[in-house]
Amino acid sequence: MKLAMIFRTALVALLLALVIKPIWFTWAFAPLAPEKGPIIYERASLLSLSLSHLGLVSLASVAATLVAVTLAILVTRPAGAAFLPLSRTITNMGQTFPPVAVLALAVPALGFGTGPTLVALFLYGLLPIFENAITGFSTLPPATMEAARGLGLSRWQRLIRVEIPLALPVILTGIRLSVVIALGTATIGSTVAARTLGEVIIAGLLTHNTAYVLQGGLIVGLFAVLIYDALVQLEAMLVNKYSA
Amino acid sequence: MIEIDKISKTYDGVTAVDEVSMVVDTATITVIVGTSGSGKTTLLRMINRLVEPSSGEVRINGEATHTVAKTSLRRRIGYAIQGHGLFPHYTVARNIGTVPTLLDWSQEKIDTRVDELLDLFSMQPDKFRDRYPAELSGGQQQRVGVARALASRPDLLLMDEPFGALDPIIRAHAQKDLRHIQRTLGSTIMLVTHDMEEAIQLGDRVAVMDAGRLVQYGTPAEIIQQPATEFVAKMAGGVERPLRLLSLYPVSDIIEEGTAEGEPLDANTCLRDALSICLWSGRDVLPVVNEGVPAGRVTLAAIRARAEGPT
Repeated sequence: MKLAMIFRTALVALLLALVIKPIWFTWAFAPLAPEKGPIIYERASLLSLSLSHLGLVSLASVAATLVAVTLAILVTRPAGAAFLPLSRTITNMGQTFPPVAVLALAVPALGFGTGPTLVALFLYGLLPIFENAITGFSTLPPATMEAARGLGLSRWQRLIRVEIPLALPVILTGIRLSVVIALGTATIGSTVAARTLGEVIIAGLLTHNTAYVLQGGLIVGLFAVLIYDALVQLEAMLVNKYSA
Repeated sequence: MIEIDKISKTYDGVTAVDEVSMVVDTATITVIVGTSGSGKTTLLRMINRLVEPSSGEVRINGEATHTVAKTSLRRRIGYAIQGHGLFPHYTVARNIGTVPTLLDWSQEKIDTRVDELLDLFSMQPDKFRDRYPAELSGGQQQRVGVARALASRPDLLLMDEPFGALDPIIRAHAQKDLRHIQRTLGSTIMLVTHDMEEAIQLGDRVAVMDAGRLVQYGTPAEIIQQPATEFVAKMAGGVERPLRLLSLYPVSDIIEEGTAEGEPLDANTCLRDALSICLWSGRDVLPVVNEGVPAGRVTLAAIRARAEGPT
């Protein structure tokens, strides 16, 4: 446990250093850069790219969570049960569409920049959250739900006080998967001029500069690992509280 | 008083409950007993409208249940089920306070009521108030479930196989507790079980259901001595009927003057246990004490006489 904490702190420190003071790592990336070429990406600050990257991912994930969870709630009500297969098909389609194709299709409609990237991330993020939320809402303990009805909780009170809190750990698992996928996928957004860490990687690919590619990749990877870990901790906290 | 008036439930042409009528007196325990599929649970669930009756009506203290909104009706009727159904994400105190919270009681009043109930169920409030259900034993969870059902002092408490998930020893204890609590609070309880032994031990009145019909409704002694049908006789225990009958009466009912040798018996012991002691110790007559004071004796012959069925 203690060792995990030390490791975690070290990774956070490494990530912060890479983002804020990339110049410290010149020695490490130098062997990978082309001769006499630039070593550290300096066309934009890595910090502002990271913030913009994270901002895009959070915005898309929040929207995907709201839509997917609302949809899951609706189709797990008796009145909405008929729409379950249809909504499954729609979210599945969101997942089967390659994000690059979504970008290509969205650009004519939304122009270059943030818009198409947000759409792609949003569509891509729906499925894991939706599927998990469905599982969460349809596997609630039957005795507890029966008691909630029998004690006189209204539909709305059952949803807010019982169903959502009990389904939350499973829903969080879906959000975690979705966020991690979005963190990686967002890099592709830079091909349509969204400001993400993908910019660094693409610049590296275009100029045959492996140092750039590695910098961009390393930062995105570290964000993914740390955010994944933080969400796992959050789920564990929720579950431990009431299923000791 | 609860009046059930020709209540029926039909599912797609199949009758689950068929024109059941019965009257339940205030401050009594009525046990509805039957095999699975007899409609006993459906009957119970129609009282708090978890199942809507196809026809007929239920009146609680004269007021028809279909004239009240479902949620407010259910908040006035306690409900305890098999496997307790506690909210795993609520503490014991919040679980018990569920209905008072829905009824907008003040937090202070809720806290007082929770502690009162925990005391009543012999669970120290300081120790248990802030625990989560997962941290309790099966018996404790069941008690919290019943406490939650009683929290708002309901007109009526419905219990659906409340002891079904407990092992026999804890189960016997829980039944005794329920009896005690019902006497203390004067609650009106309707309880569903498939176990005739439980029905006879707990019920002031027993209602026997078979294939959706109420086949007999009477005191435990009536059910045993004058079963209305073959089915009731079989449910009542067949060859075990005399023993069940004896379990209904205390020794004090047939006590007589005189003395006897050996270990004395308390006057509150049931006759079945007295018979068992006679057989085990090979004695025909046992001394009886009442609160430690010698009170007379009981004979094997007198016990036998009480166990005889109608001839």
